[in-house]
Amino acid sequence: MTHEQFEVLSNQAVAACAVVYFLAFLAHMAQWAVGRRVSVEERTLATAGGPETTEQVAAYPDDDAEPVMRARRIGVALTVVAAAAHLLAVVARGLAADPERVPWGNMYEFTLTGTLVVTVLYLVLYRRYRLGWLSPVVTGFVLVTLMIDVLALYEPVVPLQDSLQSPWLVIHVIAAIIATGAFTIGGMCSLLYLVKERWESRRPAGAPLGGGYLARLPSLAVLDRVAYRTHAFGFPIWTFAALITGPIWAHYAWGRAWGWDPKEVWAFITWVVYAAYLHARATSGWKGRSAALIALVGLATLWFNFIGINFFFGSGSQHSYALELVASVTTV
Amino acid sequence: MPPDTRLDTDLDHRASSSAPAPPPSEPPSLAPRELARWAWRQLTSMRTALLLLFLLALAAVPGSVVPQEGVDSTRVAQWQADHPRLTPVYEWLGLFSVYDSVWFSAIYMLLMVSLVGCIVPRTRVYWRGLRAQPPRTPRRLDRLPAHRSFTTDAAPEEVLGLARERLRARRYRLRRPTDDASDEAGDGSVSAERGYLREAGNLVFHLAIIVVLVGVAMGSLWGFRGSVVVVTGDGFANTLTRYDEFSAGPFFDPDDLEPFDVTIDDFDLTFIEEGRQRGMASQFRADVTYRSSPDAEPEQRELAVNHPLSVDDTDVFLIGHGYAPQITVRNDDGSVAYSGPTVFLPEDTTFRSFGVVRVPDATGADGERQQIGLEGEFYPTYFFIRGEGGGPGTAFPDARNPVVSMLAYGGDLGMDDGSPQSVYLLDKDALEPLTDDEGKPVRVDLALGQTVDLPDGLGSVSFDGLSRFVKLDVAERPGQGLALAGLVVALLGLLGSLYVRPRRLWVRAERTDDGRTLVSVAGLDRSSGGDLSGELDDLVTRLSPTPQTPQEQTP
Ligand code: HEM
Repeated sequence: MTHEQFEVLSNQAVAACAVVYFLAFLAHMAQWAVGRRVSVEERTLATAGGPETTEQVAAYPDDDAEPVMRARRIGVALTVVAAAAHLLAVVARGLAADPERVPWGNMYEFTLTGTLVVTVLYLVLYRRYRLGWLSPVVTGFVLVTLMIDVLALYEPVVPLQDSLQSPWLVIHVIAAIIATGAFTIGGMCSLLYLVKERWESRRPAGAPLGGGYLARLPSLAVLDRVAYRTHAFGFPIWTFAALITGPIWAHYAWGRAWGWDPKEVWAFITWVVYAAYLHARATSGWKGRSAALIALVGLATLWFNFIGINFFFGSGSQHSYALELVASVTTV
Repeated sequence: MPPDTRLDTDLDHRASSSAPAPPPSEPPSLAPRELARWAWRQLTSMRTALLLLFLLALAAVPGSVVPQEGVDSTRVAQWQADHPRLTPVYEWLGLFSVYDSVWFSAIYMLLMVSLVGCIVPRTRVYWRGLRAQPPRTPRRLDRLPAHRSFTTDAAPEEVLGLARERLRARRYRLRRPTDDASDEAGDGSVSAERGYLREAGNLVFHLAIIVVLVGVAMGSLWGFRGSVVVVTGDGFANTLTRYDEFSAGPFFDPDDLEPFDVTIDDFDLTFIEEGRQRGMASQFRADVTYRSSPDAEPEQRELAVNHPLSVDDTDVFLIGHGYAPQITVRNDDGSVAYSGPTVFLPEDTTFRSFGVVRVPDATGADGERQQIGLEGEFYPTYFFIRGEGGGPGTAFPDARNPVVSMLAYGGDLGMDDGSPQSVYLLDKDALEPLTDDEGKPVRVDLALGQTVDLPDGLGSVSFDGLSRFVKLDVAERPGQGLALAGLVVALLGLLGSLYVRPRRLWVRAERTDDGRTLVSVAGLDRSSGGDLSGELDDLVTRLSPTPQTPQEQTP
């Protein structure tokens, strides 16, 4: 296949996986709708006294009902298919460049790979943490992000600049993308934590749970734990990407390891905020709600770095891939 | 309130141990000693660390919005020219140099003090805890968050023996039976703990952060960084005066510059000719000859993006390139007043470039000394669009049709009074445009090989050839290796801190009235968000000789 054909294949695979993600999203919505029909008494009976210390407990009693299970299984199976198409899109994108390269040269490609990481992490952790409750959020998020990516960020394949051609780029960027994926999933859990916490505090005592999505979320303790675990997974990887491989690469490519370029500033801010998150979880009075808020602030700085810096500070950042190596010299 | 209060304190242990003592909300008394102790406790509390981390994140923001001296001084100058009213305020606040401003430094110094104050006592506690025994078995195991129980026909001793074996194999530390009557040695139970490395990892991580900071500080106190433009064929010796731009730490001594020199023998790059990437340059590389000292053997190397040249502790990086047209200015009598490759700095990715020629010693028609300045642009592949909105431009960054187009000035170049001046700009304070017969400014437009006469018998200008130049960054950063090592160690510590899961397990075996043995197993995960069910189930499976389903009990 020629490079152009690979590019077309990649674009088609993106379209295909978006369609399948949409179907998976529908299946998970159906799962939720089916679950609603279970009667109130059944539910209240079943929830009484359920242990909540392990993730191995169904998030909601009727989650094990046959129609619910079927819809869930279909949704997960579709997500696996979508992830396969998504992977094909990423690989084909790399093969489309001449010479072939890792497909992480611009924002379109970062987003394409980043969303794949979100899906893959979700699928890998699905069984371990019983992530059924996260399915609609993940599939919906990936779908919307991919749509924005294709509509707003699409760029044709181009070869990498010299400064980007380094094994450190591969390591640095893949680590940054994986950490971003993990933080994104962690952020989803923290957001759900906050939403559920608010919902619980507003619900009159003794009122029926209802069958809605919030009632189906696992307990706050479980949400908090899953959020912590994903953040704790992402944080060392982010440390590795932003503070170790990034500076090494910058040293070789630009002659300085750390230059307080806007992109570096925000990577540092993100790192400090997530360090604060880990501290907050260990400080009484900051557990739970405050920690979840900090995690979301961290995610906001992470995304701002990705989106905002490229758009608003494009010319001021060496990381904006728009500028060639242009010498600018002033002297005394 | 559960009866076993020691367990409660265990659960809270991590939170409370992080602050040496719960900080009182108000100063206890005004005695200076008490006050100092109170302030120290505040400073080293986890809450303060948290606030300082936030402050640090917040304080870093302005540096990404306001242009920074150390990052791009051209943009700073431009910004200051655009905002004359704000500039003094910003300057006073240190906003053009956030990362070495007083307030930014104050925040991280405080954070470091807090860190040391937090880590030292914790290290002491950890050291003591390292040799401590796992705690006794709680009386009521079924009150623990994770527990299992089952009955078996095996004797209690047998079960406990199996448990000890299994736990030891899983690298648990077991509580030694003692003679102390109050100890549970006789009560038929096993107490085990593992995951001591978590706290060690945490301590290593925080200590390593300090090492990183020391490394970074060494670089900015003793290091330097400069940039220099070298035309191909020329060389550059590592001396202070040779640099176009230079910045160094307060303890840097110019005599410490390594006495090396580098000659750029050749510079080559490839432009993509076809397709979407047309015009993009790649594979920049320079062939260089260098000597680590004036009497060392010359060595040859290739210098490329991502492949710096290291001479002793100094690194030389290739970071930019551009064109240097060879321009010759002749006096009316044919003698050469100026000649050589003249650096034109690229203004954008098309390599439309800007440059000046300064001729301090030209001779006028009357034989008087005359100064001439030329200022203008260089176009590697020149085109001209006529009409409104048109003008000169370049179609391709490679030199296909190189043209220089400059305006000519006469008068005083301002080079004689000794004040510092950029060689890439013309100081036009005392210069007047040269004009032709009709009074229009004289424009010198030259294609490669052409010569144009200047008016009033001032001679001629020719464009004789085209060289390239490279921009090199030269830097020495002592402590960089230390910082990197610190970061790697910090990462390892962090992995231990986040993934080692300290936990305690207890097994108790008691004879029941019907002569069988009731075995209770319980555990406590002391990490953030642990889950012990797998571990307990495994233990239960090992201890019950006949396969049976463990019952899960709820309190
Ligand atoms: C440069 C500043 C600091 C950074 C980047 C930092 C980073 C971190 C990180 C990433 C963790 C997570 C590890 C874990 O969860 O086990 C952590 C934990 C911890 N930090 Fe810091 N820290 C800093 C300063 C401090 C200071 C000043 C203190 C003392 C007041 C402190 C006390 C602690 C404690 C007690 C933990 C353990 C929390 C736990 O057991 O989960 N840290 N720190």
